[in-house]
Amino acid sequence: MRRKTASAAAAGAVLALVLSACGGGGGTPQEPGAKGADAVKQEFNAGLTKVFNPSTKKGGTLKYAHSGNWDSLDPGDTYYGYSFNFGRYYWRTLTTYKPVPGPEGNQVVPDLAEALGVPGDEGKTWTYKLKSGLKFEDGTPITSKDVAYAVARSFDKEVFAHGPSYLNELLDWPKDYKGAIKDKDADIKSAIETPDDQTIVFKLKKPFASFDYIVQMPMTAPVPQAKDTGAKYQEHVISSGPYMFETNEIDKRFTLVRNPNWDPATDPNRPALPDKIEVQLQVNADDLDNRLIAGDIHVDIPGTGMQPAALGKVLPDPALKGRTDNPTIPRLWFISVIPDVAPLNDVHCRRAVQYAADKVSNQTAYGGEFSGGEIATNVMPPGISGQEKFDPYPSAGFKGDVAKAKEELAACGKPDGFETIMSFRADRPREKALAEAMEQSLAKVGIKLTLKGFPASDYFSNYAGNPEYVKKNGIGLAAHGWGSDWPDGYGFLQAIIDSRTIRDAGNYNLSVKNTDVDKLVDQASAELDQTAREKLWVDADKKVMEDASILPVLWAKSLLMRGQGVTNQFYNEGQSMYDYSMLGVQ
Amino acid sequence: MLTYVIRRLIGAVAMLVVVSMVTFAIFFVVPQLAGATPEAFASRYVGRAATPETVQLIAERLGFNDPVVVQYARFAKGIVVGAEYDYGTGVEHCPVPCLGYSFLNQQPVWPDLLDRMPVTFSLALGAAIIWLIAGVSTGVVSALRRGSFFDRLAMGTALAGVSLPIFFTGMVTLVVFSYGLNLTAPGGSWTDFGENPGEWAYNLILPWITLAFLFAATYARLTRAGMLETMGEDYIRTARAKGLREREVVVKHGLRAALTPILTLFGLDFGLLIGGAVLTESTYSLPGLGKYAIDAIANNDLPKVMGVTLLTACFVVLASLIVDLLYAVVDPRVRLS
Repeated sequence: MRRKTASAAAAGAVLALVLSACGGGGGTPQEPGAKGADAVKQEFNAGLTKVFNPSTKKGGTLKYAHSGNWDSLDPGDTYYGYSFNFGRYYWRTLTTYKPVPGPEGNQVVPDLAEALGVPGDEGKTWTYKLKSGLKFEDGTPITSKDVAYAVARSFDKEVFAHGPSYLNELLDWPKDYKGAIKDKDADIKSAIETPDDQTIVFKLKKPFASFDYIVQMPMTAPVPQAKDTGAKYQEHVISSGPYMFETNEIDKRFTLVRNPNWDPATDPNRPALPDKIEVQLQVNADDLDNRLIAGDIHVDIPGTGMQPAALGKVLPDPALKGRTDNPTIPRLWFISVIPDVAPLNDVHCRRAVQYAADKVSNQTAYGGEFSGGEIATNVMPPGISGQEKFDPYPSAGFKGDVAKAKEELAACGKPDGFETIMSFRADRPREKALAEAMEQSLAKVGIKLTLKGFPASDYFSNYAGNPEYVKKNGIGLAAHGWGSDWPDGYGFLQAIIDSRTIRDAGNYNLSVKNTDVDKLVDQASAELDQTAREKLWVDADKKVMEDASILPVLWAKSLLMRGQGVTNQFYNEGQSMYDYSMLGVQ
Repeated sequence: MLTYVIRRLIGAVAMLVVVSMVTFAIFFVVPQLAGATPEAFASRYVGRAATPETVQLIAERLGFNDPVVVQYARFAKGIVVGAEYDYGTGVEHCPVPCLGYSFLNQQPVWPDLLDRMPVTFSLALGAAIIWLIAGVSTGVVSALRRGSFFDRLAMGTALAGVSLPIFFTGMVTLVVFSYGLNLTAPGGSWTDFGENPGEWAYNLILPWITLAFLFAATYARLTRAGMLETMGEDYIRTARAKGLREREVVVKHGLRAALTPILTLFGLDFGLLIGGAVLTESTYSLPGLGKYAIDAIANNDLPKVMGVTLLTACFVVLASLIVDLLYAVVDPRVRLS
């Protein structure tokens, strides 16, 4: 009891330090001595660089709502950013994002582990040592074997189909391994070793520098083998975090309450302020915004921004706009310029498209600056560690350079232009508007686009992401969007620029097929020095732009609204949304 | 009478079999004709990290590689005798009538439907009572006071009711009454009747009124038209000539005859509604069958969509049957044989 009180006091002190550090340099947006919701000074973008409404007060119920549904609550079977963020209420991973606003927020810090990973064999092994005193909700100690088991069970993508497969690909698994559930007795020492209850060693097929980012994903959240119910585990996940499930009505709602076996002394990253967390699922998206505005709910879980209907109400009203934050998120809206389809197999024709595009019209098509985003001139968005902005295809006011485009067309032997097809997701009005804007701007240089919409659900599996279909049907341009899995070069770029990821169907890299780019991906992935690694990713970005196989459109922005009466709210760059684990209620 | 009911019941079952075949064909045959492969079906059940090998495994496990006839036979057998589903780390029994198994949330569809039925039934029943009372009485009064201020006002309001979509009126009522005046419950509020009847009604009053507003408008206009026609009939004049009281003339002779088309419409409307008031439930985030269907469509969860479709078809067929039986009660000229 005494130890618990001391631990709580220590955690409170850590939180106070974090809050004061975050709020430093200009004061916090809360007025000195302010008490209650009415006294908090609302300010547009106040949650981007500071902790808004800081407080260490515990208690109350934090109310979340979601317009859709989770892919799965199982840490081994989920792949949404909000799920990674929210899940930290009931799971802990080896590392996690630093819970602060500003650029520091995309750094990882230890969570279950005592320290960040120790690389060995030039980045082919990564060793983590677990803290002592870690327990599951039932009081069972958490050991390195529970982490190893969690990773090994998530290997089975037939059962845990939704989760990321990074560790399937990176670790040196035994041949024909089927995962911890189907291959209970398999020897996986080639991939993971647990020499003692505190230590876990990951063994990779080749050096990989960003491993600390990989292990912040929930595949490393410990799962007790004895309590694992496989595909049904999501119905009752055994908590390793500060909260545990009280109720769980799949597809409808669930509530979390305090986990009595979570020891705050082991967890400086989570203040665990509310007593209870309520989550309502499948809420009408427009009604959700209205309830957020009215204060009936505190947080919109997906964290992707308000609906168009609410924007018209919020942006013109200074009081409501003052409650919002408008971050640039690590997501790029872009157009794949596909070199498989003539005449775009000629780099000059691809560059003609780059020059001819009217980027302002494209931005308007996506909803403008607030809900669309910032005009993108290269692939990596701001917020990605080490990102550099550059513009290899400049034009006055981003309106397109017709003269340069015509020069490039002449260089590719098509001085009068050419015809091609542009695909987009038919059920996404903004992509349709983008395609129409492109049709108009490219027509000015004689490039005639035929627009074709496809259902979003099959877009990558059957159409734009299916190379055979693309070649057969002559799709030269394809609207696309991509967000980072974690905020470094690999986390954002690899899936969309590495040509070796391209398979028969379901591709996200539709157009970058350049061996020089592949080489840079390999070099950067293995480079342990952060500065050198970041430079290599910028080089890769430059090479892709030189290749002109991606036409960047926007670095996406979202308009997020802070909840009424919510404390410690701020945008975390690592999570690309508000940091949920820090929130409290007044 | 009994023969008639049995014959209709057999017809209803045959109709449901046809509906199940057509539904199955729409979801599984038509996409194949359009070029969808078994892997394309399977890709709806996997995440974005799935490799082609995983997708093939899932396609095999879910039986998408089997001929369509085999897949339908398996589905139909499940409805009659139940089914066992292998969800990867175990086998789950899907009880009769097994309307499929959702591999997205690892749940049989039928218990989900049962769970959501009270919400939709509560919504439909409350709204139906309001719209029947409001719509029919407004229609009758309008017909009796044809051309009066009341008639013009009522028909104008009815026109607005028919014209305004529920996702608009629903949103406006929520913003005004729930978030502005704090008089009614916010969206997503639902309490089981058995748990707290008062709260049950409080949570549903706004959806009831909104939904009833839409239907009452139609019923008011239909009743008015029917009453105007009926009240001009010879037998009404005869009834009056016999010295019957006006109330008796209107209710017993006028309204009763005008009710037949209203009853037909009501049967179909109510049947469809208890199969899922899609827009109302979506607007008010009520966890009923309609919301279930719309979310299943958004997630491409075909077993759920098929389950709701079949259940709705059941309700419509059942409601039609009940309406046909009621004809004989309402209209003495109808004989069931």
